[in-house]
Amino acid sequence: MPPREGVYGLLAEFNTPSELVHATEMAHRAGYRRMECYTPYPVEQAAEALRFHKTRVPLLCLLGGLCGLTTGALLEIWVNVWGYPLNIRAMPLFSWPAFVVPAYEMTILFAGLSAAFGMIALNGLPQLYHPLFNAPNFASGATTDKFFLCLESNDPRFEPAAARAFLEQFAPVSVVEVDH
Amino acid sequence: MATKGPVPEIDDPMTDPRTGEYAVIAPGHTFKSVTQKIAGIVLTSNTPVAWMGGLFLAASVAMGVVIAVTWLVLKGVGIWGITIPGAWGFAIINFVWWIGIGHAGTLISAILLLFKQTWRNSINRFAEAMTIFAVVCAGMFPLLHIGRPWLGYWLLPYPNSMNVWPQFRSPLAWDVFAVSTYATISVVFWYIGMVPDLGTLRDRAKLPLAKYIYGILSLGWRGSTRHWIRYESASLLLAGLSTPLVLSVHTTISFDFAVAAMAGWHTTIFPPYFVAGAVYSGFAMVLTLAIPIRKFYHLEDLVTLRHLDNMAKVMLATGSIVAYGYGMEVFMSWYSASHWEFFMMWNRMFGPMGWAYWILILTNIAIPLTTLWSRKLRVNVGYLFFLSFVVNIGMWFERFVIVVTSLYRDYLPSSWGTYRATKWDYMLFIGTWGLFTTLFLLFARLAPMIPMSEIRMMLPQTKVRPGGAKADVVVEEAL
Repeated sequence: MPPREGVYGLLAEFNTPSELVHATEMAHRAGYRRMECYTPYPVEQAAEALRFHKTRVPLLCLLGGLCGLTTGALLEIWVNVWGYPLNIRAMPLFSWPAFVVPAYEMTILFAGLSAAFGMIALNGLPQLYHPLFNAPNFASGATTDKFFLCLESNDPRFEPAAARAFLEQFAPVSVVEVDH
Repeated sequence: MATKGPVPEIDDPMTDPRTGEYAVIAPGHTFKSVTQKIAGIVLTSNTPVAWMGGLFLAASVAMGVVIAVTWLVLKGVGIWGITIPGAWGFAIINFVWWIGIGHAGTLISAILLLFKQTWRNSINRFAEAMTIFAVVCAGMFPLLHIGRPWLGYWLLPYPNSMNVWPQFRSPLAWDVFAVSTYATISVVFWYIGMVPDLGTLRDRAKLPLAKYIYGILSLGWRGSTRHWIRYESASLLLAGLSTPLVLSVHTTISFDFAVAAMAGWHTTIFPPYFVAGAVYSGFAMVLTLAIPIRKFYHLEDLVTLRHLDNMAKVMLATGSIVAYGYGMEVFMSWYSASHWEFFMMWNRMFGPMGWAYWILILTNIAIPLTTLWSRKLRVNVGYLFFLSFVVNIGMWFERFVIVVTSLYRDYLPSSWGTYRATKWDYMLFIGTWGLFTTLFLLFARLAPMIPMSEIRMMLPQTKVRPGGAKADVVVEEAL
């Protein structure tokens, strides 16, 4: 992939979550779709304004859990019925109540790891470089106390001058052009 | 957790004038001030001398682990006090004690999250760290107890040239799965929770090396809203998974005892009473850690009397369950009409090791469960600090009583023996305190002890007003 060049987007900085949510909502109404908010803590209203509701993390977690359950149960059944059958206290070889605990733990293990690593993968992390880190005010604010809205240049509606004028009407602290 | 009762001084800025309840966060904080406060502990260039001294002391004590394990590997488990019939000594007592301590961390991070107890946010991170370090100390003991720890991987099911496999009808095999899953999920939950805060540290670090390391550890976190939503979803799922996990781990540990046909072990009350005991000792350990930390790092604004009060209440509740468990054990030993059960209980109370039982009753029941009802004492920092040690001593003696007094006088009087721990037992046990403290001190210096993003969420400034109102006055209905 050739290195991308040019403008990544326009980054508006706000002091409060209310301003950010308002600007995002208005941007969505104005037809912008490729945009993203950056906040120091989760702001659910911003996600609503972005119309981002569904994540696939729960699905991955479920699939992981089912996979763990199957793995654990089959492992125990194979080992204790076919692989290495032992007569313990004259219990039947397939004594499923005794198999519940390890199968259960395997379910939790796989489900938990799928949820955690699934979340990281869906987020496209680790991604140590991102164009936004080039913005002079981003690093000092986005993870501390500032609220950002970025209109991305690959939005079909994006046109630098118009986008800047659009963002300016919400009286942000600043609007910065971010390069790739 | 609303408290009724005498309203403290009305002009105290740390209390809500309407309810008399202590605030979860002191008033007047902003996103920036909490961030600076918490990140400053890690990013400061001058390491406190007291921290250095503490680390030196803790690491010296941790040397006990190195020496005791070296000698153990050279000589074998014969250097311990374990004999027949008392084949489970300090190793199992300490294992259960440490892992029980860890359970409060998961309870705080998972169960209280599901119950939307937002006060937990301030103590969440270091309670989770406590869990991990406690599991590190706990996991060591059964591994050493197997005699040849370098063959510990034999516990796992894997195809091998000996053609043998684990026996899944044994609770000891369940334990391997329960504890290793618990350790893994605890580490993952802790790390995932820390990623946004590591991003903050990356952005605030001045030192290039610190910037670089926190940059890699934060995975390039940039606070994107879509990321946050997935992150929240994953956190909630992990909490939902950790909740049954933490209950299952101590249940499985109690099965190690309860499944055995041994008087004093073979009871159905063990799982709930073990879990409650675990949470009881764990909250005591959180207090042991939180009280000096909030004092030393001046975190009284974030870890307030409300937290201490609430933790004391959890201890009161779980301590009462434990007391019920003790009562039920005594009752059942009579009601079961089993000669062996009755003798075991009589021997536990009045036999040669009866002193251990009465220490346990004194430290676990008599002292805490009479005093914790008083609100004055629940917000008395010095008393709680003292009590946290009392309860942890009590919980250690609980495991001592369960393990030792059941084993050393079993069914056959001709096989009766006694149990006496050796200096190696003590050295290893005390060494793990040093190891735990060392790990905790390193964590306090190198990682954000209090989750910054979660603290920001508790501030009144987070309120989103329609129309993008600019004014950000601290409104009274928030919090």
